[in-house]
Amino acid sequence: MTMTMTRRLALSAGFCAALTGFALAQTTTAPPPATSAPAVAGDRFITVSSTTSTQDSGLFGHILPLFKARTGIDVRVVSQGTGQALDTGRRGDADVVFVHARAQEVKFVEDGFGLERKPVMYNDFVLIGPKSDPAGVAGTKDIAAALVKIQEKGAPFVSRGDKSGTHAAELDLWKVANVDLAAKKGAWYREIGQGMGAALNSAGAMGAYVLADRGTWISFKNRGDLTIAVEGDRRLFNQYGVIAVNPARHPHVKINDGQAFVNWLTGPEGQKAIADYRIDGQQLFFANAAQAGA
Amino acid sequence: MDLAAIFQAAFALVVGLDPAFLAIVSLSLQVTLTAVLIAGLVGLPLGAALALARFRGRSVVIVVLNALMGLPPVVAGLMVFLALSRSGPLGSLGLLFSPSAMIVAQVILVLPIVIALTRQTVEDLWIEYRDHLRSVGLDGARAIPTLLFDGRFALATALLAGFGRASAEVGAVLIVGGNIAGYTRTMTTTITLETSKGDLPLALGLGLVLIALTLAINAVAFGASRIGARYAG
Repeated sequence: MTMTMTRRLALSAGFCAALTGFALAQTTTAPPPATSAPAVAGDRFITVSSTTSTQDSGLFGHILPLFKARTGIDVRVVSQGTGQALDTGRRGDADVVFVHARAQEVKFVEDGFGLERKPVMYNDFVLIGPKSDPAGVAGTKDIAAALVKIQEKGAPFVSRGDKSGTHAAELDLWKVANVDLAAKKGAWYREIGQGMGAALNSAGAMGAYVLADRGTWISFKNRGDLTIAVEGDRRLFNQYGVIAVNPARHPHVKINDGQAFVNWLTGPEGQKAIADYRIDGQQLFFANAAQAGA
Repeated sequence: MDLAAIFQAAFALVVGLDPAFLAIVSLSLQVTLTAVLIAGLVGLPLGAALALARFRGRSVVIVVLNALMGLPPVVAGLMVFLALSRSGPLGSLGLLFSPSAMIVAQVILVLPIVIALTRQTVEDLWIEYRDHLRSVGLDGARAIPTLLFDGRFALATALLAGFGRASAEVGAVLIVGGNIAGYTRTMTTTITLETSKGDLPLALGLGLVLIALTLAINAVAFGASRIGARYAG
């Protein structure tokens, strides 16, 4: 630890000195930091970019210790919206991406940034709304009809607006409902550009409807006046997939340990760990790696 | 949400001594204190040199440094992120999403404060004692150690201002650290995370602990300067 801290200090100092030298003394070129040693030596770890839903729901806190116990590999999770998580993989800043927007995942692989996309698990989206139910959709099962009603009545609706998987799913559902958002957008449609939890907080504060993944909803603690308005529509299905970042594109990625994580997640042990994760007796995610075409 | 729950959460955190919580506090302090230390080592001499030096464009440098005190943390974070990303110019160092990256970002935030406040302090002292210092043969760079020593209490406040900025910010460390559990999760990023999980009492409880820590560090600094003032006359 001391060794790590010392090295960390030296490395940061070197880097900052270089930066300062460049900015203030106006030297022509800032010398690169003297050392090229990694920040942390010895630890075996991979970096996984994933979504806010897997983090906020507590799933990683449950499954990662099991993976570490089996393989000795630490998994460092950076949780972002699906769009940003895929960007992190594209830039080579993650070894594995674990997200939920199938079309974007397929494109990620087709563009050569990822090896193979494998299905891992699913849950479903639910439409959350205030108990007062201003749009009169509570208890219905048709998500498209519910969205049309919300738009017609101008009931407040919070959109993630952050290119996340949930945001992509929401936009798809508006299309399914034949609501032309570009034309109908108004004060009622509020894009907050933040994660799932923040969107639920905002919806609670504004008495608005919001599309959420069930996992985050079950683990969310600040429900206040919010409740599930619409659930159970087949079109609310939410599939998660995992992809190892292509070492041909980014030679530094830890392909062996990354692939080990992918294999574990989609293998019997990881699948069981996912299925076992419950909050208050409710299962949050349903493992389906073996399901063809998922 | 009631007040009692907030204080209860804060109290449980402190009394419970949960190892994960202690690791978060310890990482926050390590990162911020290291950043302030580096900024001090670099910024104090630079600020003093800037106070004494006369060159073309000096006023511009001073104005820019003063303005950089207001650099938005998220912009500093983004700059470091783009530099350290694997696709960026320093990507081969593999420093993104690490405590080192967080230190670098915080140094960028703290350094302008230290340089700008040091420059002001030392310049005032220099104007006051210039004739005296010159009469004992201390001029130019040779006067810097004396001036820094004489201004040590004001300079300690400059370092504390830097500490305050670094320990309170979340925008930069979130971007370059990634808020990775057990590795780059600091107090402020935990507060952000718990807020998004809807656990507002825990988030505010953490906030209380952070404020208490900042108070403690300022109290220690204040006490030290009092004692120092007594013995140094």
